Amino acid sequence: MKPASFEYRAPEQLDELLELLADDFTDVRVIAGGQSLVPMMNFRLSTPELLLDLRRVDELGALEHRPDGALSVGATVTQARLLRQLEQQGGWPVLAEGIRHIGHPQIRSRGTVCGSLAHHDPTAELPALAVALDARMTVAGPQGRRTVAAADFFTTYYETVLEPGELLAEVVFPAWPAARGWGFRELARRRGDFALVGAVATVDRDAAGATAEAVALVLFGVGERPVRLGGVEQALAGKPLDAAALASVEPLVAEAIDPVDDLHASADYRREIAVQLSVGALADAWERSSARV
Amino acid sequence: MSEHAVQQVPIRVTVNGRELAAEVEPRLLLSDFIRHHAGLTGTHVGCEHGVCGACTVLVDGAPQRSCLVFAAQADGAEIRTVEGLAEPGAPLHPVQQAFHEEHGMQCGFCTSGFLMTTVALLEETPHPSDEQLVDALSGNLCRCTGYRNIVAAARSAERKLAEAGDE
Ligand SMILES: Cc1cc2nc3c(=O)[nH]c(=O)nc-3n(C[C@H](O)[C@H](O)[C@H](O)COP(=O)(O)OP(=O)(O)OC[C@H]3O[C@@H](n4cnc5c(N)ncnc54)[C@H](O)[C@@H]3O)c2cc1C
Ligand code: FES
Ligand code: FES
Repeated sequence: MKPASFEYRAPEQLDELLELLADDFTDVRVIAGGQSLVPMMNFRLSTPELLLDLRRVDELGALEHRPDGALSVGATVTQARLLRQLEQQGGWPVLAEGIRHIGHPQIRSRGTVCGSLAHHDPTAELPALAVALDARMTVAGPQGRRTVAAADFFTTYYETVLEPGELLAEVVFPAWPAARGWGFRELARRRGDFALVGAVATVDRDAAGATAEAVALVLFGVGERPVRLGGVEQALAGKPLDAAALASVEPLVAEAIDPVDDLHASADYRREIAVQLSVGALADAWERSSARV
Repeated sequence: MSEHAVQQVPIRVTVNGRELAAEVEPRLLLSDFIRHHAGLTGTHVGCEHGVCGACTVLVDGAPQRSCLVFAAQADGAEIRTVEGLAEPGAPLHPVQQAFHEEHGMQCGFCTSGFLMTTVALLEETPHPSDEQLVDALSGNLCRCTGYRNIVAAARSAERKLAEAGDE
């Protein structure tokens, strides 16, 4: 179980890296934390000819608050570094909770936020969080930069809109209002395993605090990409999220998703769990939210 | 590929305080570099795809799986392995002593990984919650002990390190 031979480069300039990445005649791959890529290379499921290490490109390592309150996370920022920053400086508590569910500290200390997004395992936490939080992805390529909404970034299992020659340079999470409530629930067989199913919810209340003005609910592990439950979000907007309201959306969740049978769980079981986790995450989010200021 | 000369990447790393310079093939895993080039066979290789944690070492202070890092990526890094915990003949490191006293091992295959994981945890979080302790240890597999003695050893190590810090 050793990887096949490949060439390795770790340029310091982003331009140089992008030029090497744009080579149409070589099977080129970037490596960030390697926590998904190296296992695949050790199994020889992935046999790139040239590996481009992102780690020496300084500008890809930025983790900073924007003037508008957004948080930008560069391509080489590890999951552990983002978690530490969120725990120390606050904000985006749902992101912190989601990251705590990724693997183990030994994985998070190397695995990157952007690597998880670019890899797009359909049961991974970060793609669903990016969709729920309306993150924006900055894609760098031979033609310059473009911005893609998280909702449009993930296409199908392990696929994104990234074209050959393109790189996810950073992900930007919009400002987190202090009064926003959140819920994060997932079911995994063992601690640190990839989830069978997970749910991310946020709630913003109105100025009186009596009803939900805006609701977000995104599931993962139930399809080829993170699934945003727009029907549920609309059904709950303008209401208090009491037991009756939550019970009323259970059938909407079950209808909106189309999970598949696999060796980990049947489709029916996944659907049942998705309903339970959705209601739980929405209830947590309502509980944790307060009147808009 | 065979008609091309195999690329050799020059690297410099510090392993347990000793500086090493080497030329490595890009596909050489850090675990193999540590075992075969640095000659430190205390770092064990179980699964070679990131699930067992036997190969855990500290890279710039952070616990990492050395089978999921290429040696070339570790250029410039400071690496600590189980051999760095105590000199031969010297008293054991408090974490090693705790695993010894609490019988935190049977066959010992997983032990160096657990030791490095525990050292990393207690260096960053001297008094971890149960949640934090389980989170850290769950990244390492043991097929012998049933984990109870490993958890007891980690708690004992926490007390030993706290006492040593007070002196
Ligand atoms: C034991 C174990 C348990 C795990 N558990 C979980 C879990 O519970 N949940 C979870 O979400 N993940 C889990 N992971 C995966 C982990 O989160 C990875 O770190 C992550 O999926 C990939 O990030 P990386 O930086 O390691 O990327 P790499 O492994 O370096 O790259 C992965 C892929 O993405 C591409 N890529 C990386 N960065 C970029 C970029 N900036 N732009 C374009 N392409 C890029 C690479 O070319 C490669 O194809 C686990 C991994 C292991 C080994
Ligand atoms: S040998 Fe590295 S995790 Fe198993
Ligand atoms: S002591 Fe044998 S695997 Fe842990």
